[in-house]
Order: sequence, then structure tokens, then C-alpha cells
Amino acid sequence: MNIKELEKLQSEELDNVSSEERRTFLKAGLAVTGLFMGGTVLSLTSARNAGAVLGREPVEKKYPYSPHYSMVLVQNRCVDCQRCMDACVKTNHVPEYGYRTTILERYKITGPAETERIFMPVLCNHCNRPPCVRVCPTRATYKDKKTGIVMMNYKKCIGCKTCMAACPYNARYFNEEIRAIDKCNFCFDTKLKESGGKTTACVEACPANVRIFGDLSDTGGEVYGLIHQPDKVVWVLRPETGALPNVYYMND
Amino acid sequence: MENILAKVLPQEGGLEGTTSGAYNAVIGLFGLLTLVGVAFGIHAMVVGHEHAYGVTREVPWGLMLAAYVFFVVTSTGLCLVSSIGHVFGYEAFKPIAKRSVFLAISTIVAGFVVIAFEIENPWRMAIYNVISPNVTSNIWWMGTLYGAYLFFMLIEFALLQMGNHKTAGILGLLGVVAGVAAHSNLGAVFGLLSGREFWHGPYMPIYFITSAMMSGCAAVIFFHWLAYKINGWKMSDELVHSLQAVAKLGALLYVIIMFFTTWKMITGISGHPPGKYEAMMALISGPWAKNFWIGEVAMGLVIPFVIILAVRAKNITAMAIGSAASIAGIFFMRYDLVVVGQIVPGFHELNVVDMPHLFNYSPTLSEYMVTLAGFAFCGALFMLGERMFRGHLSEDH
Repeated sequence: MNIKELEKLQSEELDNVSSEERRTFLKAGLAVTGLFMGGTVLSLTSARNAGAVLGREPVEKKYPYSPHYSMVLVQNRCVDCQRCMDACVKTNHVPEYGYRTTILERYKITGPAETERIFMPVLCNHCNRPPCVRVCPTRATYKDKKTGIVMMNYKKCIGCKTCMAACPYNARYFNEEIRAIDKCNFCFDTKLKESGGKTTACVEACPANVRIFGDLSDTGGEVYGLIHQPDKVVWVLRPETGALPNVYYMND
Repeated sequence: MENILAKVLPQEGGLEGTTSGAYNAVIGLFGLLTLVGVAFGIHAMVVGHEHAYGVTREVPWGLMLAAYVFFVVTSTGLCLVSSIGHVFGYEAFKPIAKRSVFLAISTIVAGFVVIAFEIENPWRMAIYNVISPNVTSNIWWMGTLYGAYLFFMLIEFALLQMGNHKTAGILGLLGVVAGVAAHSNLGAVFGLLSGREFWHGPYMPIYFITSAMMSGCAAVIFFHWLAYKINGWKMSDELVHSLQAVAKLGALLYVIIMFFTTWKMITGISGHPPGKYEAMMALISGPWAKNFWIGEVAMGLVIPFVIILAVRAKNITAMAIGSAASIAGIFFMRYDLVVVGQIVPGFHELNVVDMPHLFNYSPTLSEYMVTLAGFAFCGALFMLGERMFRGHLSEDH
């Protein structure tokens, strides 16, 4: 059928389209938009092979670490119950003046004189290009070669606090008890170890499944699946710093 | 050892220092203040900085880091300005060499005293800087190069005292190279932090070196004047001419820093670059405006510059007063540079409830006392140096 014949056809009128059909059509549109939007956002993150989907540039076919530990935070599920924070403090012996993870309360203006509350959990982003690791004079903080976790070797920390100044995420604090900088290490020496590399204290404590932890290099895994959904916008915090974070945010 | 000491310490000639009771009392007071400050520092080290200092998770660097930067900037500046004469051979700058090198050593040692109490575990630095170096870290380079710098300067000073000017010149050159490398790395400690918009960019290393030269000129003029004043000596014509030449160089550097500062502020506010704009506005019209306009601009730059112009770089006393204003103003410059770089929250664009527009920082008594100890120690070294080295006179001047 060519265009001239098409023009002669009678309009089917939108009223006749079933809502199911309409939904399918909208979904297809969203999927296309989402693919491009998602792809663009992901190209600012460390999920480099997400860029390859769009054929952006020659990229590594693999994630640099195995397991490449990563966390997805489904932001709009968070109700600020703070159980993650309590679990973290207990598991990792965080003193009262510090935190490894916290929940930021944000507001979004949704109309004149109307705001919406958003709860945004934050933690170390375990960046692929971590500014804190670059600046440490004694390699007291380093990127674990196997898992990509940004770790601390407490005994080497001189307490110059340059890593605190360098971190774009305010993820570090000085722990007076151990006389060193302390930070989230995905419970490397505590819950992660106990669980055989499966989970962290904050993930386990969350009743709303806000935090999803896993191996980003496992293409069949939950984390990989979540951030590669074509119809979802996934974002990271402060991508402009070039740190390539491994903590991703999305909404349900 | 005794032989070397005998050669380094002049036994006769030069200028006889005053033996007045007041002079001794001031040295004693400086010594006491140093001890009190060190006691505060040790206390902070034992109880933990969290409980003794005003620095926070959000603003981890405060007054003491600014004081450290101030001292090492002054030291580098003294080294650079004095090198014009005894390293690069410009006659007019030669009479200031010995005192300037001595002051370069005194100021950097004072800086090390302050930073020893600013770092939480300085003893670990001594070990792991050597056995676990990170060559991508500017802090590592700065620490290592400043160590080398101090070493070169000490040998250079000893050689100058022994009259071995040729070898002293070579060591002076090594000191200049190490000093410039170390100091630009200190600038890069700030400039390479991509998450801190106020600091990020090539400006910091360049500014640090240039403003070091400016600080050096102010320190040379002020401390030469002060040394002669408190000991009741009379300056030789050569020294007066030398200080006048330093003042002319200083005038040029004040203009350069005014020019740098102007464009820094304009690029910081034009187009409202996120993160940078908020910091600039804090300086221009926010809570840091007094520090900026009165401390940095008026005392640090305009007053000393205008005085040099007004006396046509001739009246040493007037220029020494201008230099004193400048040294105080430069302290504000360092303090503002360090703290204002951290006051804008990293998540400032995310509408976080209860997050201030700008973080607050105010130093505690411990921080003030340790900083004061740095100044007192530097002052004591200066006054003792005048006496021990008999006015730092060069035999050919």
C-alpha cells in the first residue's frame, strides 16, 4: 500500500482503539525514549558497556572487576526509617559522631506552595576513578583489585584528610577510635564476608527493598538487570566530577 | 662537628646584637607561647581532633592548615626573592640573601610545627611516605619535596655562613627548584580536586607561586626593617638600595595578584558556575566579605601597594608598615582560600532539607593556640638568629 492509497482510507478514530492497544503503543514510545535517555545517563557512569549498546565508542567489553560490586538505590521506595543506618552503625562499629551511610531528606517543588519529600540514601560510591584514592599520600585508601571496593588500610592513614576534601560525596569521616579515616566498604570485613559476598548490613536491614546490592558484571544478576532496563532512567550523583561512581539511583 | 659549627657561627665581625632585657624577655615569651601551643597540640593529639578542633566532616581543613599554607608560602617566597641575588647574580638583591635564607628556614620549620598537629598521625607519615608512596598524590609530592627543600636550604645557609658562595649558589638553585615544585604541588593539592569547584583548575598552582613571590617581598622588607629596629643598628646604603629593589619587585607582584584576583572573581560569578558562584559570593557579599575586602584586598594588596607608590619605593619604614599589613592580609588570603573552598555543600543543588546554604567553621582555642605557637616559634628563631649570626651580614657588604 503506498501513501496515496493510505490517504484514501477512513480514519479509525481514536475512540475505537482499545486501552490495551494504546498502552502497548505508549510503552513502545517510552521504551525508545528510555533507551536513549538511559544510555546517555549511563555513559556518564562507570557502566561503560552500557554506552556500547548505542555504539558510542570502542569500550571495554567487560566491567573492570569481578565481582564488580555495585548498589542500586530505588529512591522512591525509601521512607526514612533509618534501619539501614542503625544496622551499619552496629555492624561496623561506627561512632556516634560519624556515619558511613545516611539518608538525605530532599524536597521537590511540585506546584505553587506544594512540595514533595524525597528520601535519598547516600554512601560511598566506590568510584571507578576515585578522587580519594588518587590524593592519598600513603595509599592508605585504595581500590581493591578484585572487587573494586574502595578500601582503607587503617594503619597507613596519616590523617591529612585530603581524601575527605577530595570526595565529592562526603562519604568519609575521621574515626578517632581507630585513628584513621573510616568509610563504607560494602561491609567487606563484616556482613559481606559473613554472607559469602551476597549482601551488606544496610541491604539486609532495609524493609522496603530500597537498596539492591550485587555484582554488576553478572549479566544475569539483579543489579545488572535493573540498571539496563530500557524504559528506566538511571542516574548517579555528581557525574561531572568524572569519578565514575558505582552507586546508581532510580525510581520505581 | 665543632669545626663546622665554628665556621657556621660567626665569632666576630658583623653586628653586635642588643643584650637588652626586653629583647631577652620577648624571646622568652615567644618560647613560652610555643610551648603552650605545643601542649595544646599534644592534648588534641591525645584526645582526638574531633574533640579539640573545630574542623568537621564537611570542613576538614581549617585555621591550622591555612597557617601551614601561610608559612610555606612565605618560606618559598623568601627563597625565591633571595635567589635573585645569590643564585641568579643580580647585585642589588645580594645583601638580603643571608637573612632571607635564614627566615625561609625559620618559616618552613614553623609551618612543620603547625602541620604536625594538624595531621592526626604525623608519625605514620614519616614511615608510610617512604615505604608506601603514592606518586599520583600531590600531598606526597609536596611533603617529599618540602623535605628536600628544607635540606637544601639548611646546607645552603651553612655554606653561605662559611663564605662558600659558589657551592651555596648551587644548593640555592636546588632549593629554588625543589621549592617551586613543592609549592606548585601544594597549589595542586587544591587545584586538582574536581569535586571542589572553588579550587578546581590550573589557577591554584600558578597563583601559589606568584603570591609566594609577593609574600616573600613583604617578608624581606618587614623583617629586615624589624631586625635593624629592635637591635638599634643602622642600615648600610647597599642594604637600603637592596630593600628598595625588593619593594619595586613587590609593587609589580601586588599588581599581578590584583589582576589574578580580579579575573578569578569575574570568572567565578559570570554565568553563575555552580559551586564556584556560591563561594565567590560568600567572599564578595556574604559571611566572608569582611575577610575578603578588609583583609585580602585592603590590607593584603591595596595598602602596601599604595604605600610603595606614595614613597616612591624609598622610605623603608613606611614600606615596612605596608609590608606588615600585607603579611597580615596574606594570612587572610590563605585562610579564605582554604576554608571557602569547602563551605559549599557537595549536594548544594539537591534541595536537601536542613543543609545550610554554606557550611560554617570557626576555630577552637586549641587551633588558635597551635597557630600562635607557629608564629611565636618563628619569631623566636628570627630574634635568636639575629644574635647568633650577628645581623646576617655578608662579608662583601
